[in-house]
Amino acid sequence: MAPITVTIKLFAHFRHGRFKEADHQFPPGVACREVILGLGFRLGEMGIVMVNGQHAPLDHPLSERDTLALFPLVGGG
Amino acid sequence: MDKILRVNMTDLTTAVEEVPAEWAGLGGRALTSTIVAREVPPACHALGPNNKLVFAPGLLSGTAASNSGRLSAGAKSPLTGGIKESNVGGTAAQMFARLGIKALIVEGMPQGEGWYALKVGKDGVTIEEERGLLGLGNFAVIEALQSLFGKKTGVIAIGPAGEMKLTSANISVKDPSGKIRSHGRGGLGAVMGSKRIKFIAIDDEGAPGISLADPEAFKAASRVFTKALMDHPVSGQGLPTYGTNVLVNILHEAGGLPTRNFTHGQFDGHEQICGETMHDTIVARGGKPRHGCHAGCVIQCSQVYHDQEGQYLTSGFEYETIWGLGANCLIKELDDIARADSLMDDLGLDSIETAVAFGVAMEAGILSWGDGKEVVRILREEIGKGTALGRVIGSGAGAVGRTYGVTRVPVVKNQAIPAYDPRSVKGIGITYCTSPMGADHTAGYTIATNILNVGGQVDPLKKEGQIELSRNLQIATAAIDSTGMCIFIAFPALDIPECLPALIDMINARFGAKLTGEDVTGLGKSVLKLERAFNLAAGLTSADDRLPEFFSSDPVAPHQAVWDFTNEEIDAFWDF
Ligand code: SF4
Repeated sequence: MAPITVTIKLFAHFRHGRFKEADHQFPPGVACREVILGLGFRLGEMGIVMVNGQHAPLDHPLSERDTLALFPLVGGG
Repeated sequence: MDKILRVNMTDLTTAVEEVPAEWAGLGGRALTSTIVAREVPPACHALGPNNKLVFAPGLLSGTAASNSGRLSAGAKSPLTGGIKESNVGGTAAQMFARLGIKALIVEGMPQGEGWYALKVGKDGVTIEEERGLLGLGNFAVIEALQSLFGKKTGVIAIGPAGEMKLTSANISVKDPSGKIRSHGRGGLGAVMGSKRIKFIAIDDEGAPGISLADPEAFKAASRVFTKALMDHPVSGQGLPTYGTNVLVNILHEAGGLPTRNFTHGQFDGHEQICGETMHDTIVARGGKPRHGCHAGCVIQCSQVYHDQEGQYLTSGFEYETIWGLGANCLIKELDDIARADSLMDDLGLDSIETAVAFGVAMEAGILSWGDGKEVVRILREEIGKGTALGRVIGSGAGAVGRTYGVTRVPVVKNQAIPAYDPRSVKGIGITYCTSPMGADHTAGYTIATNILNVGGQVDPLKKEGQIELSRNLQIATAAIDSTGMCIFIAFPALDIPECLPALIDMINARFGAKLTGEDVTGLGKSVLKLERAFNLAAGLTSADDRLPEFFSSDPVAPHQAVWDFTNEEIDAFWDF
C-alpha cells in the first residue's frame, strides 16, 4: 500500500536538535507509538499527544494528512 | 501573638486587635472572605464607605515552606458586585507574617479630597497624609519609597487607574527585585482608591518572626513538599523553563486559544508569541528565563524580558496577558505586548480585563485588529490621562461592550473571560460560570486535566465529568488559596501522593494543629459556600452563573464546538 504523509509538530524542548514541524511518510495505520519511538523519544517523556487537535492514545492509528503534535509534560496558568 | 490591624478611614483612627478565636485557624482567602462576609453588608456600594478592603497572608506565609509567600486581598468587587479574593506574590505577605499580622482591615472612607498612606511596622499601623506621589505610576512610587525607606521596604500601591477608581484597577505589590506583582482581578485597586490610600509601606524591622509549634516535624514535611515540587515535570522543569506562556502553542493546537475576541480557537501568529519563541528571545537578549515572584519560590515561572537593546522591558510576563493582546487582539509583536504589559503594571490595570476590553474595543471599531502601537498609545494617552475613552476601556470588557453596543462580550459576572475557550475546553467553562469570583481560570484550573494530562484525563470537548472536575478543583483551590501557597503547587499535588499530606503536616507543625485531609477539603467547601452566600445576599442569582449567549450560538473552529450545558446541569455544581 502507498505510504501516508503525517505532519509532525514538536514543542518546547522536544524541538532541540530536531524540528518544529515536518512531514514524514509512514505505512498506513502506523500507531502514534511507532512514530514517537522512531523520532528517538522515550514514551515516558510524552506529556500530551494530540492527533488533529484532540488527545490520542499511544496506539491510535494514523491516517493520510493527520497532524500529530507532541508535547513534553509542561503547564502553566 | 498574632494580631489584626484595623484602619478606619472615616475618622482616621487605627487599632490593634486580638485575633478572634474563630479566625485563628484561617489565613489567606479563607480569612479575607470570612471577614468580608462577616463585616461588609452585601448590598453596599463597593466604592462606598461600607465596603472593606482586607489583606491577609496565608497560613504558611513567612515560614521556610516553598512557594508559601502569597498575600490575599479581599473586598466586595466593584467589577462583579460579588465577593472578591485575589492573591499575589511579592514581599508583603512574608513581612506581614513575620510582623504577626494576621490581617489588615481597611474600612470607612475619608470625607474630604485628601489622600493618605499607611505605614505598617512592628508597633502597628499609622495613617499619614500623602501628596507627593499622587498621580504617579507604580514604578515611580516604588522607587520613591525605596529611596525614602530603604531597599527592603515593602510596598502595596495603586497606580493612576486605582486613583480614578476604574473597575479594572489592580493593587500592585513590590517583588524581591523592586518590580511588581498584582492583585489583578476584580477591581480591588478601585476599592483602595475609594478609601483614598495611595500606598501602604511595610517595615519589618524588629518583627517578632514566626514561631513553629514543632520545628522538627515542620522541617521534615517541608523537605518532602519541596521534593514533590521539584520532582514533578511541570513544576520542576516545564514552568521554570518556558513560564506559563508555553500554553500558547498547546491551546492553539487543542483549538482552545480564543482568537479575535473569541471568534476562532486558533491563531495563525501563534509561533511569534509562543513560550518557545519568548524563551529564545529572552536568552538572546540577556534577560532571565526564570525568576521567582517571592523569596522561597522554587518553581520560578516568572521571567525578566528585555527589549532589542537589552534593556529591561517587563517581568511576570504571563500567558494570559500575551494571549489577551496576542491571539485575542491579533497582535503578533511580542515586544509591543511586553510594552503594553509594563504600562498596565505601571498604571495599575488588570492585564486580563484590559486585554479583553481591547478585544471588544477592536470589535467595536475603536482601533484596528492587531494594532499594538495604538494599544500602547491608548494605555498611555487615554487611560493614563483619564480621558472619557480611557475610562471606558479601563472599566473593563463589559463596560466597553455596553458603551459601544457590542454583543460578543466575553464576561461572566461582568469579569472578563481569560485565555481558554470554554466551548473547546468545557471544564473551564464550568469554573467560569460557577466561581463566586466571576470568570477566573485560577479558581478551578481544569486545564490541568482537560488539556495537560495532570490529575488524570477528562476529554475537553465532552460534557461528561466536567462538573465534578471543576467542583473538586474549586474546593481544593479555595483551600490552597488559604495556605499562602502559589496555585502552581496543584500540579504536583494532583499527581504526587506525598505532596498534599506534606502540606497539611506543615500547617499542623506550624500551629500545633491536627488537621486531616478531610478538614482541609471541608475548609475549601465552607469557603466556597460562604462566598456564594455573600453573592446571593448581594443580589446575584443563578442567572449570573452563565456564559454569554454567543458561546451557545456560535460554534468555534476547528472543532466547531459550542457551549451546550443546560442551566440545571450548571446549577448542579452547587450540590455539595
Ligand atoms: S511559581 Fe510563579 S506564580 Fe508561583 S510563586 Fe513562583 S514565580 Fe510566583
